[in-house]
Amino acid sequence: MKKRYAYGLLLPGFLFITVFMIVPIALTIGTTFFKDRSFSFEGYLYFFSDPFFLEILWTTLQVAFVTTLVCNVIGFPVAYYISKLGARKKAVLLALAIFPLLTSAVVRSFSWMIILGRNGLLNDFLQGIGLIAEPLNILYTPTAMMIGLIHLFLPLIIISLVGVMENIPGDLLEAAESLGASKIKSFWKVIVPLCVPGIIIGSILVFVGSLTAYTTPALLGGKQQVISTFLYQNAMTLNDWYMASIVATIMIVITFIVIGVMNKLAAKLNPKGYAS
Amino acid sequence: MKKNSPLLGIYTFLIFLFLLGPLLIISATSFGPNEVLKFPPDGFSFRWYENIFEVDMFMKTFVTSIIVSFAGNILALLLGVPAAYALSRYDFKGKAFLNAIFISPVLIPGVVFGFTLLKYVIVTFQIPIYAGLLIGHTVLMLPFIVRVIASSLANFDFAVEEAAISLGAGRVETFFKIVLPNIKSGVIAGVIIAFLESFNNVDVSVFMTGPGVSTLPIQMLTYVENYFDPTIAAVSVLLMLLTGVLMFLIERLLGLTYFTKR
Repeated sequence: MKKRYAYGLLLPGFLFITVFMIVPIALTIGTTFFKDRSFSFEGYLYFFSDPFFLEILWTTLQVAFVTTLVCNVIGFPVAYYISKLGARKKAVLLALAIFPLLTSAVVRSFSWMIILGRNGLLNDFLQGIGLIAEPLNILYTPTAMMIGLIHLFLPLIIISLVGVMENIPGDLLEAAESLGASKIKSFWKVIVPLCVPGIIIGSILVFVGSLTAYTTPALLGGKQQVISTFLYQNAMTLNDWYMASIVATIMIVITFIVIGVMNKLAAKLNPKGYAS
Repeated sequence: MKKNSPLLGIYTFLIFLFLLGPLLIISATSFGPNEVLKFPPDGFSFRWYENIFEVDMFMKTFVTSIIVSFAGNILALLLGVPAAYALSRYDFKGKAFLNAIFISPVLIPGVVFGFTLLKYVIVTFQIPIYAGLLIGHTVLMLPFIVRVIASSLANFDFAVEEAAISLGAGRVETFFKIVLPNIKSGVIAGVIIAFLESFNNVDVSVFMTGPGVSTLPIQMLTYVENYFDPTIAAVSVLLMLLTGVLMFLIERLLGLTYFTKR
């Protein structure tokens, strides 16, 4: 009897998502395997054999990887610091980290256009102190994209890590140190392993987010293409929906591969699941 | 509890400077009098705030964004609240699968969803762009509605509901009189979080544009590509104020620990 209630309550939402998202995506993926009404891998062979496409894919993966790595390296100490604060200060810093997260990506990317442009703040400053004679070309490069994406996603890493670090008992560290471990050793042997779930979750969000982000690459990347802006270009400018569908399929496959691999990694690295 | 080292404190300050500095800079430039984006600004002026109202498309697209986000939110609530209730209240075959279905919009790249929506819903089935926007945003908001409300329900004691039913109240009446009031703050917070996700969205909305139809973030993108004056900075400040207010409300309703307990 209760099952019928459950299924009935779930049905409208289920149908809505299925009809408007899952079916269109499935159909889009399906069309990529047919050319002139016959089954074919031609589109994929074309994509993966053309250096132009591979370059875009490679740039995208590089940007996402570097962004994820830098976010973890930068974010880890910050999260550690926040997790050790008293409740009030912790709340303030968390609020300051969450605020940019909730702010429009257009706003945040636009702010970097002001800072990184040829006549931007950074060049003004560097020329002002005599470090450079000519303005640096940073805006509209992969570097600008990475800076924008790091700014976009760093809060996610900080928040994910604070979530797990809060659960690490302080006396674990004291125990490790009283048994002779140095602070550095305690850090790598105790803290880092316990933070693996937070690192994994944060990294998935950042990597997939960077890989699929549209706004920041569109504003800061200029002509430099990543896979999301390339999909948009094919769909809306070139009107090549076949190629756009192939790119869409590749994006989905990469996303699910990354999520799958990271989840496997999480299970392997932290089988006891102390902090999760 | 070990004390934080001062070095770590300075480092943290610098990182927060990196996170918040650009937003402060954009705020300052919005009050500049000149037609170039300059920091620090040469003087003080509200010129660019006035210019927002001169550019027709900002007001039009703002209204569209508000309507789509509110209407989509209502739709998402109608679909999401029953689903969250079912997923929290009952155990049944296929529960994990259905839960995954309701969360899946978060996993699909936004541009992929936007493109497939355009291709099938709008072009193939000839649904108007405005309706496509609404559909797209509803799907985007559903995971947040379901998740926030399901976590509120997790803190609700269903024994209270059973008691009401055993005393003769109908199931629907019980839901609206007993369950809903108890998760009210969760519902409101879910609405706000979903609203922000929708209002700020670009990935899906960028595919749902047509003659006279667009959302505010898309208009901002378009404007930046054609003009590079502080009007966008002024719009940005107003959006940040909106974000700040909504974030404050979320903090009141759920506490910001919602974001660290994922």
